[in-house]
Amino acid sequence: MADRFAPGDRVRTRSVDVAGHTRLPGYARGAVGTVVELAGRHPLADVRARGRDAEPHAVYHVRFAAAELFGAGDHSVVVELWEDYLVEERA
Amino acid sequence: MSGAHASSTISAEVRHVESLLEARGLLDPGEIDTRIDEFAAKGSPANGARIVARAWTDPAFAERLLADANAAIRELGLSMAGGIQEQRLKVVANGVGADGTEEHHVVVCTLCSCYPIALLGPSPTWYKSEAYRSRVVRDPRAVLREFGLVLPESVAISVWDASAESRYMVLPRRPDGTDGLSEEQLAGLVTRKGLIGTAAV
Repeated sequence: MADRFAPGDRVRTRSVDVAGHTRLPGYARGAVGTVVELAGRHPLADVRARGRDAEPHAVYHVRFAAAELFGAGDHSVVVELWEDYLVEERA
Repeated sequence: MSGAHASSTISAEVRHVESLLEARGLLDPGEIDTRIDEFAAKGSPANGARIVARAWTDPAFAERLLADANAAIRELGLSMAGGIQEQRLKVVANGVGADGTEEHHVVVCTLCSCYPIALLGPSPTWYKSEAYRSRVVRDPRAVLREFGLVLPESVAISVWDASAESRYMVLPRRPDGTDGLSEEQLAGLVTRKGLIGTAAV
């Protein structure tokens, strides 16, 4: 399967609060960041946690400005996110 | 975060599952402890320190390490394959980047306590604390100051949250005045906190 995102792409994370296990940290919900690089392909943890097998999906390092996540701060936070959590953000 | 789980409840549940697996013959008695001990025995911050010292003395190795850490550490006889599956290792370098900005990296796992055990050994208690995990992503400059690391405002801080399958290690800056030291002596300067990013070396 072709990679959905490339380094430098702007992406927005899912904003809904899903029931059950997820690896999208609460602080990074509904936020816009920039793809750093592909970090491999792995079965989605949300599905595995329900005891089901899953096909490997792309995982990306995504960089967020602290101000985007917390409304303050001059640092950045790089979060590792499955493509399932991400949609393309058009400028 | 896992703060809603009383650790004693979790421990009791884990023991119950373990005893069921043993009763059904799927696990030998004590097998989990044995496996964990075997895995942890090879892990030590000395491994991370060796990698750093090699990177400080061999620029070509440093380049390979930052491009593909899993392949580079195999040159030193190290591996991220000690567990069930090989984990991806991402090494991030402190120092001045291509754009001239000095960057400092620090590692956390906000969701649990993911950590490169093979290269750093078991994680320190503070790394697993809710205080560190929740605060370092929001205000790393203040948290680092509490660790005794005061960074100038001009230094850009990047926090790496191990929220999926990768494990992170920081490549600290080589201290000034260490030109005459051997690789082994340099490795002796590298601390666990330096490899996590909560201290300079």
